[in-house]
Amino acid sequence: MMKNFFSKLFDQKLRSRTISYLLVIIAFIILQLMSSTGSLSSLLKSLLVPVCCYTVAAIGLNLNVGFSGELNLGQAGFMSVGAFTGICVSGMLASMITNPVLRLIIAIIAGALIAALMGYIIGIPVLKLQGDYLAIVTLAFGQIIKSIITNMYLGFDENGLHVSFVENKVTLASGGKMLLQGPMGATGTQRIASFAIGIILILCALTIVYNLIYSKSGRAIMGCRDNRIAAESIGINVANTKMLAFIISASLAGAAGALYGLNYSTLVPNKFDFNTSILILVFVVLGGLGNMTGTIISTTVLMLLPELLRSLQDYRMLIYAIVLIVIMLVTNNAFLQAKAAKLRESLIKGKKGAKLS
Amino acid sequence: MAFLSYLINGLGLGSVYAIIALGYTMVYGIAKMLNFAHGDVIMVGAYVTYFALSLMKLPVLVSVLLAVVVSTLLGVTIERLAYKPLRQATSLSVLITAIGVSYFLQNGAQLLWGTSTKVFPSVISNGALALGGISISYLTLITVFVCLAVMGCLTLFINKTKTGKAMRACSEDKGAAALMGINVNQIISITFAIGSGLAAIAAFLLCATYPSVYPTLGSMPGIKAFTAAVFGGIGSIPGAFLGGLMLGIIEILAKAYISTQLSDAIVFAVLIIVLLIKPTGLLGRKLSEKV
Repeated sequence: MMKNFFSKLFDQKLRSRTISYLLVIIAFIILQLMSSTGSLSSLLKSLLVPVCCYTVAAIGLNLNVGFSGELNLGQAGFMSVGAFTGICVSGMLASMITNPVLRLIIAIIAGALIAALMGYIIGIPVLKLQGDYLAIVTLAFGQIIKSIITNMYLGFDENGLHVSFVENKVTLASGGKMLLQGPMGATGTQRIASFAIGIILILCALTIVYNLIYSKSGRAIMGCRDNRIAAESIGINVANTKMLAFIISASLAGAAGALYGLNYSTLVPNKFDFNTSILILVFVVLGGLGNMTGTIISTTVLMLLPELLRSLQDYRMLIYAIVLIVIMLVTNNAFLQAKAAKLRESLIKGKKGAKLS
Repeated sequence: MAFLSYLINGLGLGSVYAIIALGYTMVYGIAKMLNFAHGDVIMVGAYVTYFALSLMKLPVLVSVLLAVVVSTLLGVTIERLAYKPLRQATSLSVLITAIGVSYFLQNGAQLLWGTSTKVFPSVISNGALALGGISISYLTLITVFVCLAVMGCLTLFINKTKTGKAMRACSEDKGAAALMGINVNQIISITFAIGSGLAAIAAFLLCATYPSVYPTLGSMPGIKAFTAAVFGGIGSIPGAFLGGLMLGIIEILAKAYISTQLSDAIVFAVLIIVLLIKPTGLLGRKLSEKV
């Protein structure tokens, strides 16, 4: 009986895992085939890498909101940190490492590390708070990060890095290069991001998150979410546990940001504002809290939706908003929920009946 | 002297934030939801005032009144259509719906009125009152006065009327309030109506200070006022008032003495510090842990 129960649990875990991995790989193969036969429009092609980036950031946020239960309204801030770190690292290493794939990987790792560091620094005050107060502080940090990067000037030459704030006081030796130019952000970035690396990044993110949530720490994270006091009483260090989820979430956003930043030749800091944080949150909530497969699907669909609605021109964002509201109203409708529960019940019964016979 | 005049300017800006924050905090206190569409109700209020003033050439008071009526209706409609069906849903679902409403209003405004910025007519004379060396512009005087009046009326309404009593009861315990014969749905509607009406008044004051009207006008003041509401302790009416005023003063002082570009960062940094010292805001209630 016990063994049966555990094997079933294991199966369920394995199933949700396999489904998400397969989904990503199949999507990759189909899209690669389509793009090699040329049946992919240039517009869709340009969206491939951003969809990967937002998916990774959303997977990270889902860990934070879905598993840790903390509403984070500043995910775009971590993406921003990752993006500009990645751009700077790639810019500095451009002459040393000529292989773009290697440089991209280093940039992504650097972006993830710096974002994780920011996550740690921000996490110390943030995780002392609860509920909506925590949400507003993450929002505040997102705004602060945006504000700082908007006012940061960073140059690079043979003497090393030169930084100045608010006004551009950076003077560079000949052959030097400006990496960040305040509100103009980064310009002239080498576009080294690729769809394949994006897919690998998603798979990495899934592996990290799945391994975490099915581990002891993962159960601790969910324990803290469900009942903080009960978790504390059995000796879980709530602060550290929540911090772990927060840092991993931040570093995934940082990695996603680095890939995103290296996909465009110019990137302004204003790209990662409050609305971007909200956008990622929308992906997570619509995909289902704690459901990684759902996150991947909802991110892809919602990123493509405005483009698919392009024929409707001016009305597309209006329709996007209506779709959002209607989905929320329908999925929370008590009548439909009851119907769905009944349907599920009858399906399970049907399966059992089939087994018996 | 310069410091005093900055302080007064801050008080003016803070009064606008306070009026918006009152709307946020009332809705939060009673419906327990963060109404992210509140900023966009401000935007609609601003457009209505603009059209009433510059196209229909209505007098100022009539224009503002018209905007208040339109915003109130809008607020109640939004509540009926989008939020009411979600009474039993998780707070995140309601939050996402509010974001959807916010997108809807912004894009709707863009379609209806275009993306171009419209110049708000100057209706309050540019003169200033000289008071012992410092001058206070009439606009600031009016803004502060309106804010005080709003705050006074609201306090009276909440504390002295039957509806106000019902509102307080709903914010304490909706279930118990319903058992005492209070129509909770109606009270929530009234709250949204008051909040949205206040948003229209704030819209007028905001546009009189920064005379441009555009579809995303409401988002930044919305975020700032939301911050102000949390600053003072969300759900608390005096807290929203205090938080709004302080936020405005900090913003103007940061702009004047530290850096214009970094003022937003400083405002949010102060918020974080305050929340670290008082985790439920300046006048917020203590969260009790139930074991």
